[in-house]
Amino acid sequence: MDFALTNEQEMLKKLAAQFAENELEPATEEMERNHAFNAGIFIKMADLGFTGLGISPEYGGSGGGDTEKVIVVAEFAKKCMSSAATLSIHLVAPKTISRFGTEAQKKNFLPKVTCKGGLAAFALTEPGAGSDAAAVQTTALYDEATNEFVLNGTKCFITGGALADVLVVFAMTKPEKGLKGMSAIIVEKGTPGFTSGKIEEKMGLAGSETAELIFEDCRVPADNLLGREGQGFKIAMVALDSARIGVGAQAVGIAEGAVDLSAKYMRERVQFGKPIASLQGLQWYLAEMATKTEAAKWLVYYAAYLHDTDKPFSKEAAMCKLNASENARFVTNLAIQIHGGYGYMKDYPLERMYRDAKITEIYEGTSEIHKVVISRAILNQ
Amino acid sequence: MKIIVCVKQVPDTSGKVAVNVDGTLNRASMQAITNPDDMNALEAALQLKDKTGCQVIVVTMGPLAATGMLRELMAMGADEGVLVSAREFGGSDTYATSQILAAAIKHIGLEAEDLIFCGRQAIDGDTAQVGPQLAEKLNLPQVTYAADIRKEGDCITVKRMLEDGYMTILMKTPCMVTCIKELNKPRYMTVSGILNACSKPLTTLDYEALKDDPLIDPATIGLKGSPTNIFKSFTPPRKGGCIMMDGDARTVCGELANMLTSKYII
Repeated sequence: MDFALTNEQEMLKKLAAQFAENELEPATEEMERNHAFNAGIFIKMADLGFTGLGISPEYGGSGGGDTEKVIVVAEFAKKCMSSAATLSIHLVAPKTISRFGTEAQKKNFLPKVTCKGGLAAFALTEPGAGSDAAAVQTTALYDEATNEFVLNGTKCFITGGALADVLVVFAMTKPEKGLKGMSAIIVEKGTPGFTSGKIEEKMGLAGSETAELIFEDCRVPADNLLGREGQGFKIAMVALDSARIGVGAQAVGIAEGAVDLSAKYMRERVQFGKPIASLQGLQWYLAEMATKTEAAKWLVYYAAYLHDTDKPFSKEAAMCKLNASENARFVTNLAIQIHGGYGYMKDYPLERMYRDAKITEIYEGTSEIHKVVISRAILNQ
Repeated sequence: MKIIVCVKQVPDTSGKVAVNVDGTLNRASMQAITNPDDMNALEAALQLKDKTGCQVIVVTMGPLAATGMLRELMAMGADEGVLVSAREFGGSDTYATSQILAAAIKHIGLEAEDLIFCGRQAIDGDTAQVGPQLAEKLNLPQVTYAADIRKEGDCITVKRMLEDGYMTILMKTPCMVTCIKELNKPRYMTVSGILNACSKPLTTLDYEALKDDPLIDPATIGLKGSPTNIFKSFTPPRKGGCIMMDGDARTVCGELANMLTSKYII
């Protein structure tokens, strides 16, 4: 058993930490003020190769696996959760194309989103299909005359959806077959019939765009079918397993950031004539926050390790996401408590971190759905 | 064409500075970083590499742990790393260090269009001596405090920053240039650079590899061969805090005069 990061992973952690401190943290204020995605920051991420993580250099990617993604996303989340979420969710679609795509699809679509600042999105959720992903209503009916799929329907809460250059969209190609009639289809920005609708205003994640997507007789070549027809639900579930590890990393990053800020504040803040770090009540808070965060981190690393070594990881991905996300809320809550009034003020990052942490319990599967996934995996063993 | 960049791993003096009982720095207890001016030297070399496709070799003298730094510099874009490391080299001052580095560079080989870049000075000793001494021992022309470097054929034009202005110097290669922070902003490592860094060549030159060079004389290398003796190292006490004054000149002058008067300075 080896708990040590490799030399490359140590360097990657250092690079991600430098980038987060120098580029992401200073951008958070503007993101909060404008409630908008920062394209300039994303291009800087692309220039350094972060947006091609997990994809082979042959297709414009930077290489690495889920462990490398976890390292980077957690470092980003310490300083700017919006950027961590943007990157983490961006990586889902290229990874899915890389796994299920044909050679032609990989050569055509991956370089557009791995190295040149292009954004990718993963469009599954619909107004009536959240946790119940099988309830997708969007259709993609095959038109034999033109050898195209014709998409009709609405997707909602799609991260980066309105800005994305390449999207993996889930739609029913054979609605009458239910789950087995769902397929994954690659759609490019600017395809006629594909428009974005409402851009959501959210409780947190101000710098990450969340969009409604509308498909009205949107025609895409049949060659854009990802995997086999009817394989969509399976593709979605595999992609979400990996995405959950990404959310676990986001949650661990926020929690680590909150622990760091709390320790710093406890050393500096003087009340009753001495630093509040001398108060045992707060020491216990800090110890509990740090311990739970460390445990959460290693479960996330473990799930990433299983995925990177091609072992079954669905249960562990759900476990790491469930545990890390609940811990992120717990830790950011206590961190605000330690900071008292200052923690509640917008001049300090903790109230933002608290709002940002909440989403990790909801997206890419709620905590409750993860408990279903985990218990089913145990009971079916 | 190749550029040899001499780099040094130094304790991060922005943190707490620890001193041994013998007056030397307790390096083990401090975070190690690449000397900041050396990062500017590497960036200058990488910019020339971007333009000309030349080879960039990073060279450092230090313990085995310095390979980590060399890998990071290769992740930024350097093509090759050379670690000069031996027990016999330990404790070298600037004079002995430049002897050893000169021998190492001779071992690597210098050709007509090659360049050597060093940082102006290291933040641990602040001597600014190794670069110039290295050039002397290799019998090469040198320019210090470079704030701009341009290369054309076998010549480079260097803008040298002085306290009261700039001096522009045209110099034949091979030559040595020391770089200052005004020269450029060092780039980040890249993800693919990191994932490729460990497959790039990294050579260790030990005492055996260099001992036949006349510069490697046991009397002029290592702690015993170093003419420098450290009498005492200490962290100077902090001077008073700085107050920044904002506003128009007349108001600020008035406030300043009041402050100086209240302290009986004027």
